[in-house]
Amino acid sequence: MIKKKMIAMLLAGGQGSRLGVLTSSVAKPAVFFGGKYRIIDFPLSNCVNSGVDTVGVLTQYRPLELNTHIGIGIPWDLDKRVGGVHILPPYEKTSDTEWYTGTANAIYQNLEFMERYNPDYVLILSGDHIYKMDYEEMLAYHNAKGADVTLASMPVPWEETHRFGIVVTDENKRITAFQEKPKDALSNLASMGIYIFSWPVLRDALITLKDVPECDFGKHVIPYCFEQQKKLYTYEFTGYWKDVGTLSSYWEANMELVDLVPEFNMYEDFWQIYTETDSMLPAYMGPNARTEKCIVGGGSEIYGSVQHSVIGSNVSVGEGSEVVDSIVMAGAKIGKNVRMRKAIVAENVVIGDNAVLGEGAFAESKLDTRVYASDLVTIAKGSVVPEGVSVGLNTAIVGVTEKEDYPGGRLEDGGFIVKAGEKA
Amino acid sequence: MKALGIILAGGNNKRMKELTHRRAIAAMPMAGSFRAIDFTLSNMSHSGIGTVAVVAQYSSRSLNEHLSSSKWWDFGRKQGGLFLFNPTITPENNDWYRGTADAIAQNLEFLYRRHEPYVVIASGDGIYKLDYNDVIDFHTSHDADITVVCKDLPEDADVSRFGVVRTDENGRILDWEEKPVASTLRTISTGIYVIRRRLLISLMEQCIEMEWTDFVRDVIMRQKNVKKILAYKLESYWTNISNVAAYYAANMDFLKPEIRKHFFRDYPAIQTKVDDYAPAKYNSGSKVVNSLVANGTIVNGEVENSILFSKGFVGKNCKIKNSIILGEAYISDDVVLENCIVEARTNIPAGTVYKGTPDAIKIVTE
Repeated sequence: MIKKKMIAMLLAGGQGSRLGVLTSSVAKPAVFFGGKYRIIDFPLSNCVNSGVDTVGVLTQYRPLELNTHIGIGIPWDLDKRVGGVHILPPYEKTSDTEWYTGTANAIYQNLEFMERYNPDYVLILSGDHIYKMDYEEMLAYHNAKGADVTLASMPVPWEETHRFGIVVTDENKRITAFQEKPKDALSNLASMGIYIFSWPVLRDALITLKDVPECDFGKHVIPYCFEQQKKLYTYEFTGYWKDVGTLSSYWEANMELVDLVPEFNMYEDFWQIYTETDSMLPAYMGPNARTEKCIVGGGSEIYGSVQHSVIGSNVSVGEGSEVVDSIVMAGAKIGKNVRMRKAIVAENVVIGDNAVLGEGAFAESKLDTRVYASDLVTIAKGSVVPEGVSVGLNTAIVGVTEKEDYPGGRLEDGGFIVKAGEKA
Repeated sequence: MKALGIILAGGNNKRMKELTHRRAIAAMPMAGSFRAIDFTLSNMSHSGIGTVAVVAQYSSRSLNEHLSSSKWWDFGRKQGGLFLFNPTITPENNDWYRGTADAIAQNLEFLYRRHEPYVVIASGDGIYKLDYNDVIDFHTSHDADITVVCKDLPEDADVSRFGVVRTDENGRILDWEEKPVASTLRTISTGIYVIRRRLLISLMEQCIEMEWTDFVRDVIMRQKNVKKILAYKLESYWTNISNVAAYYAANMDFLKPEIRKHFFRDYPAIQTKVDDYAPAKYNSGSKVVNSLVANGTIVNGEVENSILFSKGFVGKNCKIKNSIILGEAYISDDVVLENCIVEARTNIPAGTVYKGTPDAIKIVTE
């Protein structure tokens, strides 16, 4: 009989709507990060580096990129005969067919998958964060404490505790109370959304709560376990952990990578991050190229100047162009004499010659003030910006745009052009 | 499948100097993130050749490591696969491979057991892109016994490191000079052959009987009057890396956009073993022009007309010009390098100056 000590369930179904047009056609876990990775590479690599070789990836929102990226799991050595990576989309049942309505509901709908591996422990992860973490160490802690449920948490600044789910513990790190986004926090340990459950405890909770609408780990499963007087402990994590849930936090986390010695070091052999790499080409720096304080992915051809930016694989930057403080994802083509500042340019975007991006002054977004609240120019996957136009601050562009879409040759500060996909 | 492949990757060569002390020529790093054998392996895979034997002997650790998984070139399927043949001791034989023909002859069992009608034999040091089906079509339509892929070199080229052929007007090879000191001929053999499997078997059986060991000397040259040996002209880019100057020049060719396009972008692109190195990082003070930079590299200094292989480090105020820096080399601050090839994993202390000349590239090892 198959027996896996610990399997992982990775929640990758969310849109991540606060990333705006970056997730207009891909799920958040499939968004690029750090020049060649996608966000989901971090938890997936953590799994294999921690010896967790069976991972269910729960998908729902626009899974095409994610499915293509994960494939049969070769980049992470997760193409296994027993175990490996499995994509788990919602599926039709004889009755009560539904989408994944909540995090715990999604896991409940895959009870059969988990039972097949007969695990002792189930690790619940999300595809939203950039971090390196040894889940094996967390499991050892879980066992040493004799816990039923272990929640990873990390200290956050006291003034920010109101943004998080806070756990309050006794001196043995056993959880004594929860506070959801508290005004007066009793602790500064924020839950990271990473859980280890002893399998019978999780199984019981999921089955008991199966009819709870939009059943969620934070709102229902954890409180239920707590009420049942299960032993809940917190595993305090102090390593690098980055939430990239908003456009500005996404931009900042990328920009930190170009620091002289970044807090998040991608250049060490230990705990490598794996990704689907279709080519291993070197990048080419042209006769007049200038690249400083930046990272540039393989296969890129840089003829212009790139300063303080993160450039993905197979990107081209034309002669005379200046890319500053920007993120340019794989396959994008930046024409000649383009000026670009504080832009996030998604995969395969084409920017015409002489275009100017990110010049102007901050203005409130006309699209969505919750999502767009910084100076950033955000351009969705596959979009085209015609030559010679000027794009203001705090703007968003989706789709193949033409000169006519830019009155007077300009997209005003706070403006947007959405010509394809879903408004975000 | 029409053909099986044999890649001769056994060779060493004194003219590669220190560069092949640690590895076979076929395992020489190329173009920032490739190895020489990737070109032939990719060509085989893209030509639909699913069964490939790599015959290796000299210092094959690095090569074996590179070939530890065959998935990068899409081999390793239920049909066929990538086979690595190092010399083995058997009751009949306890010799090393004594030559190219002997290397094939010692693995005759492999040829007996296969069913493909043709064999493509290629050396592991060629840098080119070729659909071998074109050669096989030529071979069958011209009723050849052996087809040799040849290349016409320009008038001023030095042919002394090649096998040079003279053909009649039908392309039949009449004469073959092996590495002539001087020659008026300009058509050279690329070391790629197409031959029927059954004919190859009988020729190899003859080699065993006669104790002949070299494919060119003992098969091609001895048979040229009785077998129809034709030259197939390769028109596109081809070079091999049989000495330091050729190795240097072949790498530098990749600084040309048309060469990168040919090998990297035009379908089907050359494949290699994938390593998960982070994108290259350029810190303040770095200035990199007309250069190739592989993933995992960190640059702090100035680099011009050079190739930086994977996972290298270039310190502050370095001035690196016209050089090839192989993988994982660590170049400390204030180092000056001109016309050098730096061996993989070399650690160059701060302030060191090494200068070669365009005609005498300096090899820097630890």
